[in-house]
Amino acid sequence: MTSHKKDIGLLILIMLVGTVVALINPLFLSPINLANTANLIGLFGIFAIGQAIVIITGGIDLSVGSVIALLGVVMVDLLAGVGMPWPLVLLLIPVFGAVIGGLHGLLIVKLKIQPFIVTLCGLLIYRGAARFFTADATAGFGFGQSFPAVEWLTVGRSFGVPHSFVALLLIGAVMWLVLHRTVFGRYLFAVGKNEEAARYSGINTGAVVISAYVLCGILTAISAIFFAMYTRSISPSSHGSFYELYAIAAAVLGGFSLRGGEGSMIGVILGAVLLQVLQNLVNLLGIPSSLNFAVMGAVILFGVLVDSQLARFRPMMASFRKVP
Amino acid sequence: MTPPLLTVEGVSKSFGPVVALQDVSFSIAGGEVVGLVGENGAGKSTLMKILGGVITPSAGRVLIDGREVHFASARHAMNAGIAFVHQELNSFPNLSVAANILMGREPRKGPFGIFVDEGASEALVLPLLRKLRADFAPSTPVQDLSIAQRQLVEIARALSFDARLVIMDEPTSSLTLRESKRLLEIVGELREAGVSVVFITHRLNEIVEIADRVVVLRDGQLAGTLEKREINPQAMISRMIGRTLQTLYLPPAISGGEEGLGLSGLRTTTFPGEAITLSVRKGEILGLAGLIGAGRSELARAIFGIDPLPAGEVRIDGRTVLVASPAQAIAAGVALIPEDRKQSALLLDESISENIALNNWEKFSRNGLVDADRLHLHARDQIAAFDVHAGGPGTHLAVLSGGNQQKVILGKWLPRNPVVLICDEPTRGVDVGARHDIYRRLRAAADGGAAVLLISSDMEEVLGVSDRIAVMHEGRIAGMLARKDFSEHNVLQLAVGRDSHREHTE
Repeated sequence: MTSHKKDIGLLILIMLVGTVVALINPLFLSPINLANTANLIGLFGIFAIGQAIVIITGGIDLSVGSVIALLGVVMVDLLAGVGMPWPLVLLLIPVFGAVIGGLHGLLIVKLKIQPFIVTLCGLLIYRGAARFFTADATAGFGFGQSFPAVEWLTVGRSFGVPHSFVALLLIGAVMWLVLHRTVFGRYLFAVGKNEEAARYSGINTGAVVISAYVLCGILTAISAIFFAMYTRSISPSSHGSFYELYAIAAAVLGGFSLRGGEGSMIGVILGAVLLQVLQNLVNLLGIPSSLNFAVMGAVILFGVLVDSQLARFRPMMASFRKVP
Repeated sequence: MTPPLLTVEGVSKSFGPVVALQDVSFSIAGGEVVGLVGENGAGKSTLMKILGGVITPSAGRVLIDGREVHFASARHAMNAGIAFVHQELNSFPNLSVAANILMGREPRKGPFGIFVDEGASEALVLPLLRKLRADFAPSTPVQDLSIAQRQLVEIARALSFDARLVIMDEPTSSLTLRESKRLLEIVGELREAGVSVVFITHRLNEIVEIADRVVVLRDGQLAGTLEKREINPQAMISRMIGRTLQTLYLPPAISGGEEGLGLSGLRTTTFPGEAITLSVRKGEILGLAGLIGAGRSELARAIFGIDPLPAGEVRIDGRTVLVASPAQAIAAGVALIPEDRKQSALLLDESISENIALNNWEKFSRNGLVDADRLHLHARDQIAAFDVHAGGPGTHLAVLSGGNQQKVILGKWLPRNPVVLICDEPTRGVDVGARHDIYRRLRAAADGGAAVLLISSDMEEVLGVSDRIAVMHEGRIAGMLARKDFSEHNVLQLAVGRDSHREHTE
């Protein structure tokens, strides 16, 4: 299938970029650098998967970065301020994420507001709420406060592999099953491609769309936990800024169409990998970090251009092949 | 005696004041293939939408096995054994054949049945595909299939519901000759398996070949049914026509003008196999008749530079011109009143002035700034000249009737004095009074020296208004009629492809 070909193309691109960086700066392959990059891939990959689920339905979630900030400060407060037991906190934060996603879904499905607008308002509201919550102060853990269990779970490592990366692999595997093997996954693709026909086939399209936003909310909340524990101090005005765009970029690189109905789980994870490898490239090759976004934008544009041009030529190639 | 599979009793349907179907009754027995024919707008689609549960009738009853049924949705009709194979196929190109066929009814497995049972899907779908002798696998993505193959997917979907009646709306219109033959064979196989088929088509020879009975609709009413031995194209055509026609004809002021629009060897992307050669004189209204899908609007769009022109020459006012964009076409003197008024011609949420100025801003601006006064005056003049019933230049288009909207569109184009005026269904959804007004405007434009190409599916209009008629059939000009040869019969003969030049052999 074509999405497999896209995944393989993306993998080749990652290896190509990786090889070039490794040849210029061998530090790229050092265990420390690989572990750091893997950690970042995990952090960014988890919420990118959530975004990808929403994009498949033809929607978008622009509020991701602000949700990460808001849930981050709430989590720090529950853990360090309120002193709530940590297992409860780790359960409660994803529930908050689900509620936020559910609200988005309801507004989109029941009140027929466009996803872009609903989540743009979310972006502004949650950011404001996060800043208000801490009175614009940086939220962090007090001196001497430590939560060994949570820390081990989020920023710890097993056999040198950061747990955020392990979490990405686990979540990725589950979401791969959900997207590519379950009936629900089938309906996500159907609704994204042709909502009316899906409704005419007896599918509760509204429930499918709402579920997609709820899933996105839960995954965003999980990565908010990881981010809060990774940074340990959260300045609510900048924490998570622009992260929604990383997620959208990862999905687009991974072969998702913003019109909906197209994409694969492996694609979005590879997209998240490529973005972090590019970040790493900017750091390791001594490119001024101010060019960070420019490099990323250029590579995404290049990738999408190559893909769309190949898509144009594919039918032509196929017709050539058919000629005996 | 067992009741027939399906009975339609006195079914009527109105959309507002428009009566689409009036007191139609017929029945279909099990394993019977019924051909449904009629001119454009005779009510075929409305009738089939009622059977398929897409719309509900205003009056009358639908009975299955002698019991009255009320379909609230397409889903209901499907569960009752009626399946609709649409002209535009409602499928999910991003999913596999099996997923499309079983959409909404996937076999499940695993805890709580959350997973799709791919093995069971394939086992369900494979026999259906075999039965249809399909040459693709259940796992093939539908986007990789041809139109004919996608149609088989739709038929397989119908069979998967154990459909007892399959409605096929123009199933062969986009198929090649061989694919059409195959489809007719499948219809024959369905009949042998006891499945009834309603077959709607403009290709009368297909009806002759396959139908056990023919139901003819005319103007929303039943115009007759033909039994197997009575089915022949002449019998069908004579029942499809027979309306009383009004005379709308206004003779031209000038005759024998020079060529205004000339087409040589023109091909469209929709029918690249057909080269069109046509000439419209200045001062003449050339009617372009044909059945829906004959390629008339595609031709208009190509001349106006909207669709690319793969080959051929366009001459405007005697000069060969390149029309790669509407801007070039307009510069060369072409005006197009498009088929879909709301979509392609109007800014509905804007005022009459804004709409009239849209193709003419250079005239209503000074140094790039809008000259509101001049625009206002011009719009007022056009409202008066075209007798638009509206409050004033600031009235929004959305509140105007169809006829008045169309007059605004005429007021937008005619002051430019186009050399070529193409009107695509200019009176669709327009009331009778405004129609006559529009016909007078078209004649006035022709008398003013324009070559007018009038695309119309309304028989009365095309016969009543044109000076000559060109009839299109499946992308080619099937024939030309001079005014003395005008008759509904002659137009229809050509429109269904029964012209003397190229007798169909399928």
